[in-house]
Formats: sequence, C-alpha cells, structure tokens
Amino acid sequence: MRLPMLLLRWTGIAVWIGLLILPFAGLRQAVLIAAVIALGGLLWSATIWVSASSRMQALTAETARRIRPPEAGWRSFRPTVPQRQAFFVLLLLLLMILPLGMNNYIMDVLTLAGIYVVLALGLNIVVGMAGLLDLGYISFYAIGAYSYALLSTKLGVSFWIALPLGGMAAAAFGIALGVITLRLRGDYLAIVTLGFIQIVNLVLKNWDSVTNGPNGILNIGRPAIGSFVFSQPIHFYYLILGLALLTVLAVNRLNRSRIGRAWIAIREDEVAAQAMGVDTTRMKISAFALGAVWAGLAGVFFAGKFAFVSPESFTFFESVIVLSMVVLGGMGSIPGVILGALIVVILPEVLREFASYRMLIFGVALVLMMIFRPQGIIGNPRRRLELRPEDEDAIMRRRTGV
Amino acid sequence: MLLQQIVNGLALGAVYALIALGYTMVYGVLELINFAHGEIYMIGAYLGILLLTFFTAVGLTQHHLVLSLFLVFVGAALYCAGYGLTLERVAYRPLRHANRLSPLISAIGMSIFLQNYVMLAQGSTDKVFPHLLPSEPVAVLGVPISLLQIFIILTSIFLMIGLSLFVKKTRLGKAMRATAQDKRMAGLVGIDINKVIAITFVIGSILASAAGVMVAIYYGLVNFFIGYVAGIKAFTAAVLGGIGNIPGAMAGGFILGLVESLGAGYLSSEYKDVFAFLILIVVLILRPSGLLGEKASEKV
Repeated sequence: MRLPMLLLRWTGIAVWIGLLILPFAGLRQAVLIAAVIALGGLLWSATIWVSASSRMQALTAETARRIRPPEAGWRSFRPTVPQRQAFFVLLLLLLMILPLGMNNYIMDVLTLAGIYVVLALGLNIVVGMAGLLDLGYISFYAIGAYSYALLSTKLGVSFWIALPLGGMAAAAFGIALGVITLRLRGDYLAIVTLGFIQIVNLVLKNWDSVTNGPNGILNIGRPAIGSFVFSQPIHFYYLILGLALLTVLAVNRLNRSRIGRAWIAIREDEVAAQAMGVDTTRMKISAFALGAVWAGLAGVFFAGKFAFVSPESFTFFESVIVLSMVVLGGMGSIPGVILGALIVVILPEVLREFASYRMLIFGVALVLMMIFRPQGIIGNPRRRLELRPEDEDAIMRRRTGV
Repeated sequence: MLLQQIVNGLALGAVYALIALGYTMVYGVLELINFAHGEIYMIGAYLGILLLTFFTAVGLTQHHLVLSLFLVFVGAALYCAGYGLTLERVAYRPLRHANRLSPLISAIGMSIFLQNYVMLAQGSTDKVFPHLLPSEPVAVLGVPISLLQIFIILTSIFLMIGLSLFVKKTRLGKAMRATAQDKRMAGLVGIDINKVIAITFVIGSILASAAGVMVAIYYGLVNFFIGYVAGIKAFTAAVLGGIGNIPGAMAGGFILGLVESLGAGYLSSEYKDVFAFLILIVVLILRPSGLLGEKASEKV
C-alpha cells in the first residue's frame, strides 16, 4: 500500500477506536490512545512495507527453504537423550541451590510460581493435550484446598495424608463433571465448566456451617515430618519444587503414553479418533480426572502454605490466569507451559506499577496469541508435524474460491 | 406474592431473552460461543447510565423525559453496535478458519479485556444513577407491577417481534438464515458472508444494549462485572431454547427468568444463581438440543 493510503487507514482506525472509548475514558485519554494507535499502526505498517521491498529475496529464500530444509542452525538443534538428561540435572541443581542467599520475598514468589506450574501443567492435560476447554479448572484447586482445610481443622488429619486425599477428591469431582458434560458438543463444555466454577464459588461463599462463608477457614495445620514443621518460605519452596518435579515427570510420561496419544488424536479430530478405535468418552473423562488431580494436590499445598483458605482465591479469574499460562507458553508443550506459568507469575511482580493492568494485558495476550502465534511461545514439536484442519480448509477454499 | 414473583420473573426473563438472542444468532452463523457478548450488554448498561447523567447535566431529562430516554436507547445501541463490529473484526474474523479452540480462547480474552478496560476507565465501584421513572407499583388486576417492569416487558416483546420479522421477511434475514445453514454454499450463491456476519453481530449487540440500558434504568446502578453472570445466564437461556434457534432463545429467556425469580422467592435467594447453572446442566444432559431445537448431528 502507498503511504497516503496507510495514513488514511490508520487514522481511520485510530479515530474509530478513540470514538469507541470516548464515553468511558474521557476526551484526553481517548485522544491519547487514538494517537498511540495511529503512530504504532503506521510504524508497524512501515516495517512491513520496508520488508516487502525485499520481497523478491524473501521469495527466493522461501523456495530454497522448501527445496532443502535447513540442517544447521539453532532452530533445528535436536539434543540427544543424554544431552537432555544432563540439561535437566543441571537445571534441577540450579533450582535446588537457587534459594540459598535469597530473601523471603523472592522465595514466596518462586513458591507461588511453583503452584502455578503444577496448575498449568494439569490444565495443559485437559486443554493442551485433549483439547477440551475447561474454564472451571480452578474449582478442582478449590476442592483440594478446602479438603485439606476441613480435614485439618475438623479432624486433625496430617498434610501428608490429606495430600493424596485432596488429589483424589479433585479427581472424583473431575470424573463427575466429565461424565455429565463430555457427551456434549465441544463448545458447551466451556460454558458448563464456567457454570461449575461459579457454583463451587457460591457454595463456598454461602455454606457457612461447613466452609465458614466468605471469611474462609483459618489456622490450617502446617505440614510436618516428625517434630520438624514446615514454617519458613524456604521449606515450602523445596516442597513445591518436589511437587512440581513430580508433576513434570508424570505429565511427561503421560504425554508419551498410549493415553497421551489418544488425547492428541481426540484433540485433532474426534471423529477420526473414534473411527480408529479410541474410546473417546473414556479418554476425555480420564483427561479430566488426571488433570484435576494436579489441581487438587496444588490446592492442598496452597492450604498448607498459607494456613488459610477463602472463596476469593478460587474464582473464574484464577481459571483465566492459568489458561493464559497454558496458551502463552504453548498448548500441549510441557516446557512451554512451565515458561508460561513463570512469565505470568513473575512478570507482574517485576512490573509492580502496572499491577492493575494485569488482567487487561492477559485478555489482550489471549487474543493476540490466538491470532499471531496460536502454538505459543514454545510450540509443541510434535504438533508442527500434524495435519491441521486449516490446511484442508485452505485447499478447499482455493478450489471453491469461498 | 406468587403473581408478583411471576411479574418479576417475566421482567428478568425479558432481559435474559434479549441477551440470549445475541448468543443464539452468533452461534447460528459462526458456531461460536461469543463469550464477550455479556460484556457488550455491560457496556450498554454503562452507556445508559453515562448518557442519562449527561442528559441530566444538560437539563434534557427534566423537560423531555421521553425524548431523552429515546436518545439514550439510540446512543447505547449505536455504541454497542460499534463495539460488536469491532469485536468481530478484531477477535473473530482472523480466526474463522483456525481450529475450534482458538476463537473460543480469543473470545474469553476479549471478555476479560473489555471487563478490565471498563473497570480501569470507570472505577471498580458501583456506578449509581437516581431513579428516573416512578418505581411505585401500580395495581394491575390486583397485582402490583411497576411501570418499569411493564416497560421492560413491552420493549423486549417489541424488539423480538421486530427481529422475527427481520429474519423471516427481509432479504438480509434470508441471507442470514442461508449463512447459518451452510456458510460455504451461501457464499457460492453470492451472499457476502462477511457482511452477514457483521450484521449478525450488530443486531445482537443492539439487542444486548437495549437490555443493558433497561437494567441500568431499572436498578439505577451498574458494575463492570454484571456482564459475566448475565452472560452465562443468557447463554443458558439460549441453550434451553435450543442454540441457534431464535424463538427458542426468547422462550428460554422467559423460562429462566421465571425459574430464577420463583426459586429466589420460595427456595433460597443466596443460591439463586445456582438454579440457572443447574438448569443448564440438566438440559444439556436430558435434551442437549434444547426445547425447540432440532436434533443436529455433528458436522464432519
């Protein structure tokens, strides 16, 4: 496009957006935002324009790439198994010595990041691998946390016994929700799970005799081994490190198992998977259950760490936060999801002054990721090799012109 | 008491029905749950209050109440139509050929974005406006009904009749039905799919804006999170009636409003939000195609 056209186009967009936000943001901010959009858009188009001038070269390079895929370069670097193992051992050692000499604040942030790594890896099973959009994932986290809170304050059950019980309780709810919803068309699932988190939150808020309503449950017992009680941030850091490690190992094995392949088959094409003999209903329910377990475990840890639970921690927004970790990092990619969780937890801590813009940015990030990079920051390598429905669609569109 | 609850339920149901129409129409043409639709309704409610405040400040409401109310409806409708159009263009059109999950996630992102944008721009506290219309109930056949409730029910019915006529009688309505049946074939016979989809969003947004303005006038206050719960409930209404089915969404809205109002009156007001979700789950298990929907098999 020519420069005057670009100018016209971006001014138009800026004026449109400015008008839309005018009654909400006021004149001054609307003008400011419109100006930012106009300038940003022009710069963006200008860079594309400049790169388009070297389009011929790009085309030649593209042809060359198609004929002979590049063998060298970091992109095609595929580490061997021992290299991978060495890398993981080094990473683990680093994570283990990391807390020495750190202050408690950093410990707490890292612990929180650990909780979200476990949650995001669990949700990754449901959303990333099986392709089921579960918006009520945090309800399983709530069930784990409240299981331990109640077991500890009412019955005096220890953390270590409550940990598997919380995981099982969450899995049981996962199975129940799965049985109810999974015979349905895919999109309904999102809204039913959204309703489910709402129901769980309302019950936690209103069932005063058991959950103590909005005030939550206080004085939950801390985890202890013999006479050693987990009380310092560093203790919880090592505990969540262990839990996160367990999650990574388990999810990784699941991913490479027959079940994992069945999930991916369902995600890619449910009808085809069924035709190939995958018991889709059972596999989807198992995805729900095996995803929920991790939320349950994380919930028990959460209750043990903070010794306090209240309904505020378990809302739809928490679900969205965990979902944005999975989407940001890369659906179905384990290192991606871990990176996503770390970014989403640590970045707002670093950028404190933008704290109130956090959810706004997550919302935009979800939209932008879907449009520009649906595979996430670290895409799943296996996924790149799969046939996508859009390929078929593109072929069809080329043929029919629609 | 019973009749009173029924009237309350009908007024509430009229609002749900108006929002549900937007869900059902978009689902009809795109097979997409437009999660951000509840936010359009919320924006409509905010605009209702903002415009009323503005008109009061310039002194229009004191002298010409009916005119200013009309202007509020038109203004909110224009703005919400603009939001609906932009939403479709930015968040959904680029993803029309992507896999099933992408537009859903994009829709949730948009919903979160709009909520937080309104919260940041307008503050997280309730936005209040003094009651404009007399809220004292008048006795109709011995049942106390407020004028506002009558207004809400009548306006909704008027809009619904208008929509039905539009979809059934006009060329554009016909194009919309064709697009809902099969996008590719509709394109082949010369229908401008992009235009039809954009118009679907515009109509849905206008209906939601009317619902929002009426709720704003009825309660005299709005908050940035009202779109979330209203959105889920309206979606429930759409599913109840059979998603993609326009008369179904209207019926579903009224039924849901009645159930909620009666449930809150006779069972428990704390759990009134739970009823809607329980209905949703029960309907999805027993009759996933809804009350008026036809049994559709998954397109392969």
